[in-house]
Amino acid sequence: MAITAERRDDLPILRRRVHGAPLVYLDSAASAQKPERVLEAVDGFYRQHYANVHRGAHTLSAEATDAYEAARTRVARFINAPDERSVVFVRNATEGINLVAHAWGRRAIGPGDEIVVTVAEHHANLVPWHLLAAERGAVIRGVPLGRDQRVDLDALRDAMSPRTKLVATFHVSNVLGVLNPVAEIARIAHEAGALLLVDGAQAVPHLPVDVQALGADMYAFSGHKVGAPSGIGALWVREELLATWPPFMGGGEMIRTVALDRSTYADIPMRFEAGTPAIAEAVGLHAALDYLDEVGLQDIWDHDRALARYAIERLRGVDGVTLYGPEGDDRGGIVTFNLDGVHPHDVASALDVRGVAIRAGHHCAQPLMGALGVRSTARASFWIHTTTAEIDLLADALGEVRTFFAGVA
Amino acid sequence: MGFLEQVYRDAVLEHARSPRNRGALDPYTVRQEGINPSCGDELVLYVRLDDGLVGDARFDGHGCAISQASASMMTQAIKGLSVDEAEALIGHFKAMIHGKGVDPSLGDLQVLEGISKLHARVKCATLPWVALDAALDAAAAGTAEAPQVDVDAVDDPAPG
Repeated sequence: MAITAERRDDLPILRRRVHGAPLVYLDSAASAQKPERVLEAVDGFYRQHYANVHRGAHTLSAEATDAYEAARTRVARFINAPDERSVVFVRNATEGINLVAHAWGRRAIGPGDEIVVTVAEHHANLVPWHLLAAERGAVIRGVPLGRDQRVDLDALRDAMSPRTKLVATFHVSNVLGVLNPVAEIARIAHEAGALLLVDGAQAVPHLPVDVQALGADMYAFSGHKVGAPSGIGALWVREELLATWPPFMGGGEMIRTVALDRSTYADIPMRFEAGTPAIAEAVGLHAALDYLDEVGLQDIWDHDRALARYAIERLRGVDGVTLYGPEGDDRGGIVTFNLDGVHPHDVASALDVRGVAIRAGHHCAQPLMGALGVRSTARASFWIHTTTAEIDLLADALGEVRTFFAGVA
Repeated sequence: MGFLEQVYRDAVLEHARSPRNRGALDPYTVRQEGINPSCGDELVLYVRLDDGLVGDARFDGHGCAISQASASMMTQAIKGLSVDEAEALIGHFKAMIHGKGVDPSLGDLQVLEGISKLHARVKCATLPWVALDAALDAAAAGTAEAPQVDVDAVDDPAPG
């Protein structure tokens, strides 16, 4: 918890007030606020170095290209990818997963092939597979949660078949907060001859990620959740796989030569980056990853977990609160709950007028809502800046919110 | 009055606690589903037209206090109106909830005006009205089982 006090000043938005109250930002799982250092990096890049990348014949273009490629190298180092050639810049984790579905899936998946997902996936890790399955005649198999609200690994083993081509699952659940045992899932997938794609959107901002140690074949994350600007993210793919994939989109920057009626394509990773990319956003991502390393990923994870334990204890003491997700040491700073008799959106509005920002709804995880037996929930999520005092404020406010809405629903 | 109390006026909470006209209607002229994809809330609206007037209207489904109160008050307000009057009321309600002024014909519905200050919740209030708009269109087309309508797709406030 030592990181809290000194780090709040790093996020300038925390100085603003909402509805007259100091902002209590408990929605980092939706998007992270931006450290001053990231804002300065993006601003400085636009003021001093901005130009288009990769094709320029002048100084600024060379500087911009160097900065853009340095960001790629930084991403590779951050997730311990063996080589930056295997890191593709995308808009976000969603685009990364869609890229896999198109570039790999449309060739590798045929009629009757199977894609295994869990019931707790974000829609970003479901809908691309629905589209692919519909196009290719493939089958989606869903793995339920066990009684402890963790993915049921026995059910995962049972779901595997000789037709399984892909297991696609989350690293940290955006609803349950739980850390998936990805290394174990990788073994199960690989024993069945399937590839493993990991949606790392809720993991990369919060804990040390080593894609090689995890045994993943593909790993996607969003920059906006790590404190970088929106519009930049990364997809890592094992290099020997990525090298065999055809382009996802066509255009400038991704070609080697173009004739009027045909073209040849650039090597990886440029083959997958058609058009002018999000250049300054990549520079911002670089700065955000530097910042997280400076804070310390293990410290962030310890901080998140301590806050989750604290929040679970405090919310459990509020009459009418139902908590979702497991307890234990393998869950991060995402606490999902409902307040008896109050719709989550009404909870969120009542907190908003006190300056407290939470998320309410289905969290882009409607199958999981069904599995939990609810239509929607409220969710508080934590990051570097979050304090126990803010969680106290949340817990105290929930008691008042319940009284205010007594008898509704 | 605090901000929260301006949005959730006593009359709004009272309708949310004891919604009027809740449950299925049979027979009906149109059964219209509406959905708010951002929260997954669903509303089923039943409208019966008698000689060009709204003879009865009821609703069912799941939703927050705002959508429930809005649906409750709407079903009360439209009974006995002609289709043209109901359509005018839809326009006035949408204008109010998007902060574009309050027409006196809104009557009791004016207690919902505070929601216009809470932008994140405007679609909760408009969901029943979007469903009503679609239901009246379906009735005009002679469709009893109207296709589901999506509040995100149709409730974009008018430019300006």
